[in-house]
Amino acid sequence: MQVAMSVNGEERGAEVEPRLLLVHYLRDVLGLTGTHWGCDTSNCGTCVVLMDGEPVKSCTLLAATAAGHEITTVEGMERDGVLDPVQQGFHEEHGLQCGFCTPGMMLTARALLDRNANPTDHEIRTAISGQICRCTGYATIVRSIRWAAEHANEGARA
Amino acid sequence: MQVPSPFEYERATSVEHALELLARLGPDARLLAGGHSLLPMMKLRLASPEYLIDIDPLAGELGYVREQDGEVRIGAMTRHRELLESELLARRVAIFTDAERVIADPVVRNRGTIGGALCQADPAEDLSAVCAAADARVVVRGRDGERVLDMRAFHRGAYETAVEDGEMVTEIRVPLHPGAGSAYEKVERRVGDWAVVAAGAAVRLSDGTIEHAAIALAAVGGDVTSPAAAEALAGRPPSEELFAEAAGIAAAGCSPVTDQRGSAEYKRHVAAELTLRALRRATARALREES
Ligand SMILES: Cc1cc2nc3c(=O)[nH]c(=O)nc-3n(C[C@H](O)[C@H](O)[C@H](O)COP(=O)(O)OP(=O)(O)OC[C@H]3O[C@@H](n4cnc5c(N)ncnc54)[C@H](O)[C@@H]3O)c2cc1C
Ligand code: FES
Ligand code: FES
Repeated sequence: MQVAMSVNGEERGAEVEPRLLLVHYLRDVLGLTGTHWGCDTSNCGTCVVLMDGEPVKSCTLLAATAAGHEITTVEGMERDGVLDPVQQGFHEEHGLQCGFCTPGMMLTARALLDRNANPTDHEIRTAISGQICRCTGYATIVRSIRWAAEHANEGARA
Repeated sequence: MQVPSPFEYERATSVEHALELLARLGPDARLLAGGHSLLPMMKLRLASPEYLIDIDPLAGELGYVREQDGEVRIGAMTRHRELLESELLARRVAIFTDAERVIADPVVRNRGTIGGALCQADPAEDLSAVCAAADARVVVRGRDGERVLDMRAFHRGAYETAVEDGEMVTEIRVPLHPGAGSAYEKVERRVGDWAVVAAGAAVRLSDGTIEHAAIALAAVGGDVTSPAAAEALAGRPPSEELFAEAAGIAAAGCSPVTDQRGSAEYKRHVAAELTLRALRRATARALREES
């Protein structure tokens, strides 16, 4: 079947099998491998992307369902060479070690800050509670998101 | 890599269209709501439907929480997140808010729907117990009209509901009463996990006595409600002793099994304790409502 959706602001379409999951559409069909893929059971959250601005687990969503929606992946966070403040925060506060959970964490952080510009640490922890950092770097992830909230307009040149 | 077996995909654009597709495609078709129970089952090949009818586009038509005719009406495609954020539910039927805080995690809650949860009828699923304790009724629609079922008629046990081929759930109706309070208590191994045990309670107070009560448990056996415990409460003034008595009846009547989440004995103990706590909180809320 034919699916088409906006990915990082660009209309992307392809002929796919109905059973294709969004994570594989993004990684294997579009070549956007920034979206990671781990547990495959909707538990770890490394596959999180934004659909119409809200985080969803792309291993548990058909590409067919996502058709017609707006998808944002980690590749879409930096604009015109300027990092999103969330990306900059992860850089400043050492929010990643191996980086496997990072794309999903950053996108969830982006969605949180879009709704709530100044979240408490508890709100940050709740927002990322469906996502696992295998390196257990939660304290620095929370600090990175806090940094982004405090420097909302300070992206940096990539 | 877990991949569902092949199927044909249809997208419903309205409730009527979904019912028409169900009628045309027959018993080999399944509805896909949030997909957070069905897709994992399809990936494990525990389900291999020939046709999927995606009702995601009905999130507008069937996504609402509103007060009407003395009830809260909840559309079947209302997502967990919308239930959690509903000010109406928090104020009037707080058992929903209590439960939604601990159902799955925020990202799963962005997709999973109340209709999908009730129709999946997983034995550890929370909203069936919530709806049973809240005396909710479920609207099941077919091409020839609708049936409105209470939870005892709707929920037939693990993975089984009264929804027949060619039918779908469109709405959940929760009655509102003055002097009513409700609460939900759940023990989970870690954030986002399914319940080890959970208990919901609802009470209605009038002149210092419990006029009506309902208790429902999750993850401890098929029959979610505990009519015997509810009966013990009715017509008596609320007290710690009474709550303990009802909690004991509810726990004695459930049938937990030993698994990786705990022994049957442990779960029975937790069921009693959670029922007690839920009754305390439900009553405190009812007293606030009453005054
Ligand atoms: C990681 C994880 C953790 C979870 N934790 C919990 C938890 O703690 N507590 C809990 O209660 N749940 C939990 N869930 C389940 C979650 O709440 C699901 O969203 C829910 O069970 C199913 O809703 P859905 O909309 O995704 O349904 P789907 O998966 O789309 O559908 C489920 C079933 O219902 C049928 N169906 C769907 N909608 C209708 C309708 N309107 N009419 C008739 N049939 C319909 C489908 O055909 C299918 O058979 C968890 C899920 C995941 C992935
Ligand atoms: S890969 Fe999707 S949640 Fe783990
Ligand atoms: S940085 Fe390694 S998984 Fe989080």
